[in-house]
Amino acid sequence: MNLTLLMYLVPSLIMFGCGVYGFLTRKNMIAIMISLELMLNAVDINFVVFNRFLFPGQLEGMFFTLFAIALAAAETALALAIIINVFRIAKKVDINEINKLKF
Amino acid sequence: MESVGNIILYFVIAVSIIVFSVLTVTTRKILRSATYLLFTLFATAALYFQMDYPFLGAVQIAVYAGGIVVLFVFAILLTQQPGKDQQQMQSTRRALALTATLLGVALTAYCLFSYANFAGKIVPQAAEFDIQTIGRFLLSTDKLGYLLPFEAISILLLACIIGGVVIARKR
Repeated sequence: MNLTLLMYLVPSLIMFGCGVYGFLTRKNMIAIMISLELMLNAVDINFVVFNRFLFPGQLEGMFFTLFAIALAAAETALALAIIINVFRIAKKVDINEINKLKF
Repeated sequence: MESVGNIILYFVIAVSIIVFSVLTVTTRKILRSATYLLFTLFATAALYFQMDYPFLGAVQIAVYAGGIVVLFVFAILLTQQPGKDQQQMQSTRRALALTATLLGVALTAYCLFSYANFAGKIVPQAAEFDIQTIGRFLLSTDKLGYLLPFEAISILLLACIIGGVVIARKR
């Protein structure tokens, strides 16, 4: 039995699907961010897997993943700062209840 | 032909990725959701280690598990009453979202499985990249160098720090 490209892509696909489902069904903004992290992570896995299987002598996919991780960290930090600030002003984090741009 | 240990390791990682990502989006308590996200990220790091990218696995653990999940836990504890369940959307909207997700996943899976000869590639012999090679690639200016994105990322992180300070400042 061999490990094929497909066997690595299936967990990543399911992870991305979970991210999409959580993104569509969650109400809490932090839970939405968690789903977003799942999706980003699935894409990172895809980059690394394609690099390993199609171009094993190069490092392009690895560097893409490296920069994507840095971007995800920056984006999460800022988004959580915004969410905490919204909570401080509006006292709630549910997306359905935050319907004013200015308090 | 892969070694048996490698195949067993792969199945452990794949099953834990699938189970923990499903649990992340289905559990009702948001703190548990963050914990399951941590396990998913650890399983991803194990996948990187298994595919012979130890540097990437280390970065994944340091940045995601060490940084982002801690940030999530802080934000959750600051904004939620502990032990309270999340309220869910109406069941029609949840069913709609589930249908859309399943359709998308099914379409992608069909495309994947229809390219069977492409997707059936087995893992090639790994070319070893040590940490010096990665460092030289990151800071070189030749054709395959990554100095410009590296500097762009540093400017982005600086902007992120300043933005965080401005947003979190007390008015």
